[in-house]
This record gives sequence, structure tokens and C-alpha cells, in this order.
Amino acid sequence: MPADHGVRPATVTARGWGWRHAGRPRPAVSGLDLDIRPGERVLLLGPSGAGKSTLLHALAGVLGDSSAGAAGSAPADAEDADETGSLLIDGAPPRAQRGRAGLMQQDPETQVVLSRLGDDVAFGAENLTVPPADIWMRVAEALEDVGLGRLPLDHPTSSLSGGQKQRLALAGILAMRPGLILLDEPTANLDPAGVLEVRDAVGRCLAKTGATLVVVEHRVSIWKDLVDRIVVLQPGSATHSAVLIDGPPDRVLAQARDMLTAAGVWVPGYVPQTRPRGTRTGTPAAGPGGAASAGQLLLAAEDLAVSRERPRRAGLRGGFRPVPPEPVQSAITAQVRAGEALTITGPNGSGKSTFALTLAGLLAPVSGRVSATLDLSAGAGIDPYKWKAQQLIARIGTVFQEPEHQFVTGRVLDELMFGPRHLGRGGDRVDELLERLRLTELVDANPYTLSGGEKRRLSVATVLAAHPRVLVLDEPTFGQDANTWAELASFLSELLDDGTAVVSVTHDAEFSQVLGGTELSLRAPEHREPEGLEPGREEGKIKAS
Amino acid sequence: MTDTSARQTLTGRSYNWRVVDIVVAALIAVAGGVIFWAWSQGANLISAPVNAFYPPLTGLYAGGWMIPAVLGMLIIRKPGAALFCETVAATGELIMGSQYGTTVLISGVLQGLGAELVFAAFMYKKFNLPVSLLAGAGAGLFCGLNDSFLPWGWNIAYAGGDKLAYIIFTAISGAVIAGGLSWLATRGLARTGVLSSFASRKAATEPVFS
Amino acid sequence: MRQELTLRGNHAVLTRANPLAKFAAVMLVTMVLALSIDWVSASVALTFELALLPLAGLTVGLLWQRGWPLILAAALGGWSTTILAPDSGSILLDARIWSISEGSLELGLGFMLRGLAIALPAVLLMSCTDPTDLADALAQKAKLPHRFVLGTLAAMRLVGLMAEEWQTIGMARRARGVGSHGNPLQRLRATLGQSFGLLVQAVRRASRLAVTMEARGFGDAPRTWARKSAFSGLDAWVFLGGLLIAGAAVASALAAGTWNMVFLARQ
Ligand SMILES: Nc1ncnc2c1ncn2[C@@H]1O[C@H](COP(=O)(O)OP(=O)(O)OP(=O)(O)O)[C@@H](O)[C@H]1O
Ligand SMILES: Nc1ncnc2c1ncn2[C@@H]1O[C@H](COP(=O)(O)OP(=O)(O)OP(=O)(O)O)[C@@H](O)[C@H]1O
Ligand SMILES: [Mg+2]
Ligand SMILES: [Mg+2]
Repeated sequence: MPADHGVRPATVTARGWGWRHAGRPRPAVSGLDLDIRPGERVLLLGPSGAGKSTLLHALAGVLGDSSAGAAGSAPADAEDADETGSLLIDGAPPRAQRGRAGLMQQDPETQVVLSRLGDDVAFGAENLTVPPADIWMRVAEALEDVGLGRLPLDHPTSSLSGGQKQRLALAGILAMRPGLILLDEPTANLDPAGVLEVRDAVGRCLAKTGATLVVVEHRVSIWKDLVDRIVVLQPGSATHSAVLIDGPPDRVLAQARDMLTAAGVWVPGYVPQTRPRGTRTGTPAAGPGGAASAGQLLLAAEDLAVSRERPRRAGLRGGFRPVPPEPVQSAITAQVRAGEALTITGPNGSGKSTFALTLAGLLAPVSGRVSATLDLSAGAGIDPYKWKAQQLIARIGTVFQEPEHQFVTGRVLDELMFGPRHLGRGGDRVDELLERLRLTELVDANPYTLSGGEKRRLSVATVLAAHPRVLVLDEPTFGQDANTWAELASFLSELLDDGTAVVSVTHDAEFSQVLGGTELSLRAPEHREPEGLEPGREEGKIKAS
Repeated sequence: MTDTSARQTLTGRSYNWRVVDIVVAALIAVAGGVIFWAWSQGANLISAPVNAFYPPLTGLYAGGWMIPAVLGMLIIRKPGAALFCETVAATGELIMGSQYGTTVLISGVLQGLGAELVFAAFMYKKFNLPVSLLAGAGAGLFCGLNDSFLPWGWNIAYAGGDKLAYIIFTAISGAVIAGGLSWLATRGLARTGVLSSFASRKAATEPVFS
Repeated sequence: MRQELTLRGNHAVLTRANPLAKFAAVMLVTMVLALSIDWVSASVALTFELALLPLAGLTVGLLWQRGWPLILAAALGGWSTTILAPDSGSILLDARIWSISEGSLELGLGFMLRGLAIALPAVLLMSCTDPTDLADALAQKAKLPHRFVLGTLAAMRLVGLMAEEWQTIGMARRARGVGSHGNPLQRLRATLGQSFGLLVQAVRRASRLAVTMEARGFGDAPRTWARKSAFSGLDAWVFLGGLLIAGAAVASALAAGTWNMVFLARQ
């Protein structure tokens, strides 16, 4: 069957392979010995920073400077990147055979190259000098395979949802007919339905082409049935080998379960131990409104309609009056109470983040209103959107979906002291936060250079340092290994018991279970295509539990 | 000994543009366009009274348009970077809608050239503060000349003295805003580690004057 | 914002012309208009351009919606010329460095109309040209190096994303206590901080995008093009149209005696 599609599954051979990134003292991977047979499907696991992405990039031939080696001049600078051992695909270096491997990275937005659907899928095939007539055949077939065949070829890629973008990236790879498919956390950020969509698309394509697969993912359960081998990497070191565990899924999961959970891998059926709710320990949080009593109403949204877009100015004829944007969600009603959790769920693009930002006083509502009770506002006025930034951070703390957006200084400690200093307070809580969120070692590091998990923890800590009484968290657990997950969940449950209100946006059912409270589930957005408009179809909220 | 190894690094560093150089340069130009667009929302408020009072003073914030030229070169450090970034920035402005029509492309090329010539004069080996300021001034000078003497320039009909004042203002603005801010931004970026795959990755610790 | 770089839904005639032909026509008109500051050539060209709006899928209403800031800017340009151009004819107003004379007023008016006549075709061009088609034409027909053309095109796609990012970073900083309130100095600092955040994000995004492109085999090597960029009969008409507008503008200005070469401008 593979012959039908002109796909020749690739072999991977690594012998003592290692890589050190430019400007880094330690190698990301070292002493890697690995053989992958043609057609084999490998799930690559390992703690954050173990070098999984580095290995995938090397296999795709995109690691390092493509022109440096060409002149044959050895890097004279000790700061330059450094490769050891050998890593071969079908016996030749990956860089020499572009197109043998197709790589999918994590951020869906940077997976899309061009602005029309068809062009984007064709891009890789064009670079491999496939004759134009064949390209369109391949494009149609690839789109069909990933389940996007119903969209027109000139469909704008910017209007695809997250899951559709991931499938588009997969189609772009398939159109190149690679012998080795490399997927780096292909389902991060997707809602549960999207995760299955992408996984199934990959499964169909592999069944059809028989290509070799290497996939990286933190959660084992998704891929367990599709792969026939699990390889666990450990961070680079000179003494032991890079591969910690290697074997068929069932055997690895049965025999090395403890090793896996210790390494923070999400093993099926395993929920990390967290602190139970309702075991009050510390002193109640003291906000501007004084001590909190549980169940007190702090913040309410009434008949709220939200959108990221700001009102446009109508031109002369409209008298330059603002025209309100089309809301993504409307008629949302919710209440935030001291000591209680509110979880916001819903599919990708349903407006969860937009609603959270509006609730947190960062976005102006399109219609309806957000009002703070006297208890929370403590003299700052009823509308959080109108509060000054300094008034806001002492009352409502928001952690964004992307931590990097929130960094304002060049040093972890400064970052933590920033809020308290602006409020004219001492950093009494900072040491405890550093300790609890395992950031003590990193006080002098630059926030942007931290690993993904550390960045997430830091952004939570910076917000907590200002003692807000309402905490709004957007996808706090995404991309975390199981150990960090447990730490974070325990910490939040403690805050809840101390009277802080926690609002979190999440796809993570286990997480919302740990926190308890109410769930607000937003419905999928209508597909607002330029054609076939359906104005005034009912949108809204369902309130559950 | 140290001398030869330093030379080797230089020759070893290829002047060929990699894909990442091209995309990052283009996006810097584009982001520069977005920043300036956001900035000019506020600047518009100032611009109206200034224009009513003494129009050549508007040259003082022309520097914002030339940030991509200097910033692009300070980051990429390959011949042509200033010219390329400024041209792309102008193209971006054309696409977003420009009051200068297609002549914005010519202005872009000329401003980029102004900065490029300064960097070329230093053989693409020096990227310190004085060179950045000079490059910004170079871009500003070419901007002022273009606006004052070429047929499509907006100030073509000004009297001679006003033209001279305008050119001096654009050069100062280019040096301070495009040169100074870009230099600071490059150091800041290098500190965040995002420049790790570029020749400028150590910009944060380079000496200021040599 | 997210959709601004595609032309979906616009099926006007000019969307089918080759971008290079359209560009050449616009350049021609622009250059001819740039040569003279007079109200006759500018208004003739402007009239033709307005008549062409439907061919590009635009209406006057749409144009005003998108273009009113440009129109205000053109008016301002006319004003500064009016008060700063050397005086001729009778003086209408004199207040130290400001002075308005008949000559400078005529110049200012001509300047304003000319500004509009130069800005309009560019808006016309961009509203009927898909950047992807432009890139195809630049790489295939104008033979510019494809790595640079496609690399730029891919970066341009992120423009809308960057504008959204700007807004998000602004909110994120407010959530950290950095307001854009306060005195002008504090505001300036806040804006600079926000700009820096955007730059960091831009470099990261671009680096990842470059990896995506390289992983799809993008590089120096020759490539094929799934869509051929071609010239057609329509393109000849487009170019002729540009020639006609330029010619009509010059001829009418010469006939009316208002043609006023910039380099020989009346002093
Ligand atoms: N471009 C780079 N420059 C410098 N260091 C890098 C670069 N990319 C990765 N590193 C470093 O190399 C190490 C391995 O990173 P890598 O991204 O391969 O980890 P990972 O296993 O994919 O982790 P995660 O699960 O968090 O994605 C880390 O310490 C990381 O900081
Ligand atoms: N910065 C932005 N500017 C304009 N529109 C945006 C922006 N961010 C998102 N949108 C649009 O607003 C809608 C809601 O997005 P939002 O981010 O609130 O969804 P979400 O439920 O948080 O999705 P996800 O699960 O992917 O995070 C989507 O249609 C999206 O395309
Ligand atoms: Mg990774
Ligand atoms: Mg979201």
C-alpha cells in the first residue's frame, strides 16, 4: 500500500548524538543512541527541558545555522552551537535531505505560512519541485485525509479554528509525502474534541501511507493506542545515556509506571495527589475590604456580551460615533464569590478568554455589565474596567493564557516585587511564593529565558504577590507536567480556603474537579462566514452544577 | 593569535541571509509598522497643532518611520538589512493604507539606503551606539531630502529656509528615535534571549562606544 | 483585522489583472502627477480614479470608511504648503512666519488635490490585489529572489496578529499594574514598554515561522509554482488605462495653462 502513495518509510539511527544550543553551557541532548525502524510509531516522553523538541528539530534538519557549515569553517566561537556523534535518516544527515521528514510544531499560529488554504498546503510540495499538476492532486488528497476537504481552496487560513489549523499543518506535511512524520505536542491548546480530531487524522494518514512517526506529548493516554513504542528521554548529562526507558506501550506503562510518574509524565488513570479542599490552614487573606467571609458576593456579570474588538468609529455620516462590534458571546450571567471557584469551559474560540478578561476589568463589555460589590471595590467604584491599574491589581489578579505577555522586568525577583512595590507595600509574601512555586533558584534569571512550566508558575506568582481577592486564571495547567500540576492545584485550593475567589478558564476536567465550585460552560461560537449570515441566532450561556 | 581567531569568526559568519534572517527582518519591519501606527494615534493629536503652528517641526517625529531600518540591521547584521527592512515596512504601510500612495515605497528605499550607507562605511563590523545614532541620522537625512526635494515630497513647495529646518529636524529625530531607541531595544532583546540564533545575541554586553 | 489580507468576496474585474500591470499603471499615474503641482491635472486624474472605483470592487462609501484618515492627512498637507510656500500675488493673510497669498493658496489647493490623486490609486490597487498574487508576480515575473519574496509574504500574514498582540500586551500590562494613565512621561514609558513586549513576541513568532518554512523544504534551491503568474489581455488594457489617465491629466493641465513643473515652480 505505501507504494501507492510514493511514501518510503524512513529509518532513524542515532549514535552518541548530542546537541548544545548556542550560548548554553550544557547540552540539551547528549549521548543519544536510538534506532527507529521504517514504519515504527514512537511516542517520545520526558520532563520539560529533556530535549524532546531539540531532537525533533534535528530530525527535521532545521537545527542550527544552515549556512555556517557550508563554507566548511569550523565555529571559532565557544558560544556557538555544538553537535556530537551522528544522527542519520536512511543513513544520511537530515539536513541533506529536506522533505524526507515533515515537522509539526506546537504553536498553531506559526504553522500556517500562507493566507489561503490551498496555497498553504501546496507550499511544501512546491519547495520540493513537484510538478504543478501533481501538486493540486496532492493538495486535494491531503485536505481530504485530514478532514478539511469541504473547504474551498481559497478559504482564508486566518479564519480557521485552532484545531483546524493543526489539521491544516498536518495536511501541509502530508502533501510533501514525507517518510518520517514528526509531531511536537500537536494537541496542546486544543479542546477535547479537537484533540481527538487531530489524533484520528494522524491515525488515518499513517494507516494509508505507512510512514514512520515520532510524536511528543505530555499526556500518554491520547496516543497510547496509536503508537507501538514509548521512548522516555532525560535531560542531557555526560554520565548516563539520554534514553531513560524504551519499549512497547503496555510493557512500559506496566513496568515503569513509578519511574514515569516520578518524572512527571501523565500516565493513564493517574491523577497526582493534591491537597483536599476545606482544610483551612493559614490566616484568612486580608484584602482592601478586610477579612473575607466565604460565600460573600464579590463580582457579578449581568447579561454580558463580550468581544475582543473595540468599537469602530463610524465615518462622517455616522457622526464619528462608535459602532459596537459583533459579540463572540452574549447573555452571560455569572457570580464570583469569596472562597469559591468558578470554572469556565467550552470549545476553542467560544470566547472563554474574552469573557475572563472582561470579568477581570481589562476589556470593556460590548453590552451588559460587570459590577464589583462594595466589599471588593472598597471605594474604587463599581465598574472594574474604570479602576486605575494599581487599584485593579490589589483587587483582581489576572494570569494570561500566554505568560510572556505579562513580564515587565528583566529579573525574576524584580518581577515578583513589582506589584507590591507599586502598591507601596513590602514583599512579605514574596519569599513564601518563591518557595512554594519552586522558583527560589531562579531569582536572578531573566523571565523570558525560563522553561515553559517555570514561566507559567512565575506569572501566577507575580499576580499573587499583590494579594488580589479575586484571581482569574486562563489555562493555568496547560503544558505542565504532572508534578507542577499537583503543586499548582494544591496551592489554589489553599487560597480558596483562605477566602480568595478563583475564576479559571480550563479544558482540564481533573483540575476543575480538584477546585470544585460552579462551572460555566460557553457554547461553541457560530460559524460566522462572510456568506450565509444568520443574524440573531440565539447564543448564550448554560449554567451547570 | 587572538587576532586571527577573531578574523576567522568574522569570515566564518556568513554574509548569506538564512531563512530565519529574512522572516525575522520582515516581521521586525511589520511590527515596527504596527508600533508606529499605534503611536501615531497619539501623535495625530500633537500633529494638528504643530502643523498649524510651524509645519517643519513635524520632522521631529519622522524618526519613528525609520526604526525598522536601524533595528533590523542591529539585529540581523547582514549587508542589506537596513534597506530590506525599511522597504518592507513601507510596503506594509502601503498595504494598510498610506496617504503617500505608492511614493511611500520610494521614501522607504531611500531612508533604508541612508542607514545602510552608514553601516557599510563601517564595513558592517560596528554596531555600537555612535554608529547607530549616525545610521539613524543618515536615514533621517535621506528622509528629509526626499520630502523636500523630490517631486513627490510633501514639502517640495516650502521655501528654502523651511526645507533646511525640516531636514535638520528629521536628521535629529532619526538619530534619537531610530538610532537611539533601536540600539536600546536591541540590547534589551538580547537580554531576553530571543536573539540567540543571531549575530547580535551578545549585544547586551557589547561595549557602548567601540 | 484578521481578514484584512485576503480579498475573499471581491470579484471585481480588476482583481483578475496581474498585480505587476496594475502596479505599473498606478506608478505611471503617480509619477506624472508628482511632476506638477496644479489643480487641473490633479482633479482630472481624481475624476478618472473615482470613476474606476467599481472596477476594483469599491464604492464611495467603502472608500470613505477606509480612507477618511488619509483624506484628512491630505488636507493637512495642503494647509502646511499654503502657509509655508513662498508668496506670490496679493497677500491675503500675514502673521509673521505664516502668510497666505493668492499664489500660495493656489499651490496649497493644488497640493491637496494632488495628494488625494496620488493616494487614491494606491488604495484602489491594494483593495483589488491579493498580496499572495503580488508575491507570485514579483517572484515569477519580476524575478526577485523567491526566498525574500515568500519570507516577507509569510511575515506580512502576521500583521493582523501583531495588531491583536499589541492590544493583548496592553491588557496584560494593566493586569500587572502598569497603566497607560498618568502624565505624558509615564504614558510614554508605558508605550515604550508595550512596544518592547511586542518586539520580543515578534522575534519569537518569526523564528518559529522560519523553522516551519524550512521544515517544509523552503530554501535556496529552485522551486516550482503551483499557480503560474501570467499576463493576459486584461493587463494590456490596465496599462493603457494608466497611460490614458496620465495623458489626460497632462494634456488638460497644459491646455488650461496651469501645468506647473515642481522643479521650475513659480517663485
Ligand atoms: N534555541 C535555543 N537556544 C538556546 N537554548 C535552547 C534553545 N531551544 C531549547 N533550548 C534549551 O535546551 C533545553 C532542551 O529544550 P527542548 O525545547 O528540547 O526541551 P523539551 O524536552 O522539548 O521541553 P518541553 O517539554 O518544555 O517542550 C532546554 O534547557 C532549553 O532551554
Ligand atoms: N486579540 C484578538 N482580537 C480579535 N479577535 C480575537 C482575538 N483573540 C481571539 N479573537 C477571536 O475572538 C473569539 C473568541 O476568542 P477567545 O480567545 O476568547 O476564545 P477561547 O474560548 O479562549 O478559545 P481557546 O480555547 O482557543 O483559548 C475567537 O473567534 C477568536 O478568533
Ligand atoms: Mg518542547
Ligand atoms: Mg483562550
